[in-house]
Amino acid sequence: MSSRSSDWWYDEAAGPMVRPYALVSGRTRPTWGRLNLATQVRSIRTSTETASLSVEHLEIIRLCRKPLSVAEVAAYLHAPLVVAKVLLSDLIQRGDVITSDPSRMATAPDMNLLQKVLDGVRAI
Amino acid sequence: MVSVQSDPQREELLVPSSVKIVVAGGFGVGKTTLVGTVSEITPLRTEELLTEAGTEIDDLAGVEGKNTTTVALDFGRITINPEVVLYLFGTPGQDRFWFMWDELSYGAIGAVVLVDTRRLDGGFGAIDFFERRGIPFVVAVNCFEGSYSYTADEVRHALDVSENVPLVLCDARDRESCKAVLARVIEHAMSKLDHAVA
Repeated sequence: MSSRSSDWWYDEAAGPMVRPYALVSGRTRPTWGRLNLATQVRSIRTSTETASLSVEHLEIIRLCRKPLSVAEVAAYLHAPLVVAKVLLSDLIQRGDVITSDPSRMATAPDMNLLQKVLDGVRAI
Repeated sequence: MVSVQSDPQREELLVPSSVKIVVAGGFGVGKTTLVGTVSEITPLRTEELLTEAGTEIDDLAGVEGKNTTTVALDFGRITINPEVVLYLFGTPGQDRFWFMWDELSYGAIGAVVLVDTRRLDGGFGAIDFFERRGIPFVVAVNCFEGSYSYTADEVRHALDVSENVPLVLCDARDRESCKAVLARVIEHAMSKLDHAVA
């Protein structure tokens, strides 16, 4: 049902029928500030009460049953990145969504991780 | 329900680490082609609304139509293993979106600067950006059919990149070729890390 109502708000020809910032009540800054494009997010299995959540929040919870990056969430929501970040930070603060350890993103990848990525790329 | 031995709930909630490689270069050089050739998903597009002039103003009501521009970012994904995912982000082609590059390259393993020998100048900005920030990068010459008639040395000279920067020839439509480019970026990042430690 949630995906249906979200389709209704998106018209292929005209684009979103709601201004993107209306989805986030005009907020342009995420309240939880450590989300990068590639930060992984994942919803926890048991959501808390959802009555106060918007259709987009619920859509994110559904999308993130499997881990995704912030950029993927934005792309699947057809929403600008900053909008996805604001909505995700709401959910992170509520405890519905968890994220990868931000300190690991902050530093350059270490040798061990680089070797894994190199092996992985060669194996595809 | 929760088993102490296997702890399925914890496993269930694993959040992978992510790493990035930035794919830069001039407009129409084949960045999205390269990303699509190696990505496990059809490249996704996300958009950022630019309101940089008005970031001090939180409420954009009424001004959004005037001051916002949209920058499109194309990206792909390679799942390395259940714990690590690699993302490939194509940079926006236009120079006026430089500030987006900071977020793109934050924490990145390194970058590919894709160039086309017919329009080498499209790569200058990107080379300069990564050099200044000390981000490991390789120059990949996308060999369009019939376009490559220069030696690697000639391209290196024309781009004025030092011998320390790997320069590789590639075909952005060829999977093995693109894999080799990515491998070269990672190896280059590893050798720089090795030097930094030593």
